[in-house]
Amino acid sequence: MAIEVRIPTILRNYTGGAKSVEGSGDTLAGLIADLDSRHSGLQERLVDDSGLRRFVNVYLNDEDVRFLGGLEAPVKDGDTVTVLPAVAGGAR
Amino acid sequence: MLTLPGALRAAIIAHARADHPDEACGVIAGPAGSDRPERFIPMTNAERSPTFYRFDSMEQFQVWREMDERDEEPVVIYHSHTATEAYPSRTDISYASEPGAHYVLVSTRDPEEAEFRSYRIVDGAVSEEKVRVADDEPADAAKE
Repeated sequence: MAIEVRIPTILRNYTGGAKSVEGSGDTLAGLIADLDSRHSGLQERLVDDSGLRRFVNVYLNDEDVRFLGGLEAPVKDGDTVTVLPAVAGGAR
Repeated sequence: MLTLPGALRAAIIAHARADHPDEACGVIAGPAGSDRPERFIPMTNAERSPTFYRFDSMEQFQVWREMDERDEEPVVIYHSHTATEAYPSRTDISYASEPGAHYVLVSTRDPEEAEFRSYRIVDGAVSEEKVRVADDEPADAAKE
C-alpha cells in the first residue's frame, strides 16, 4: 500500500504525463518531499516559504487539507491526495 | 475557435447578470478530448467580490471528481468582469491553470449589451479566439 496522489494536467510534466503517482510519508510535507525525490520540481510548485501555495488546493481523501493542518496534516497508506490548481482571477 | 450552443452562451450571460455587481464564474464540461462544451455548471464565487473570483475549493473538488467519473473535462471556464472589459487581467493570466480550456470572459458593465469573448491562456500568453454560436447542436443547458 502507498498513498495515491492525483496530479492535475498542468503539473503532469513533472510526472511524465501520469495522472496519478504513489508516494509515502507521515505528513503531507513528508509525502511531498518523497514525491519530489522522484518528480523533481513538484515540491516547488506546491509549497513556498509560508506553506502550501495559496492558489493550489490539496485534498486529503474528501477534505481540503487547509482544514486538516495543511502541510502538517497526517497521512497514511491507503489515503488519496488530490491536487487541483485553484480556479481564480479577477478584474485587476 | 470556441463553438458553443446558443443556450449555453445565454446561460453564462444570465449567470453573470444575476450575480452582478459581483463576479460570476463557472464551467462548461464536455467529453474529454471532444472540445464540445455541453454541461453547464455555475460555480460559487467564494470571494463574493466585484473584482475577484475564486471557485469554492470543496465545490471545485466535487465538480472535478464528477467530471473525472464521467470522463469529461472543463471545456470552458468562464467568469465575468462587472466594471471592465471582457479581457483577461493580469491576475486572470497568472492563475490560469487549464491550458486546454477556453477561457470565456463576459463583461456586464453595460446593462443592455453583454460583451462575450473567449481566449486561450497558456504559459502566461493570451490569444483571443473567435466564438461561434451553433444553435443546431444539442444543449442540456439552462435546465439547471
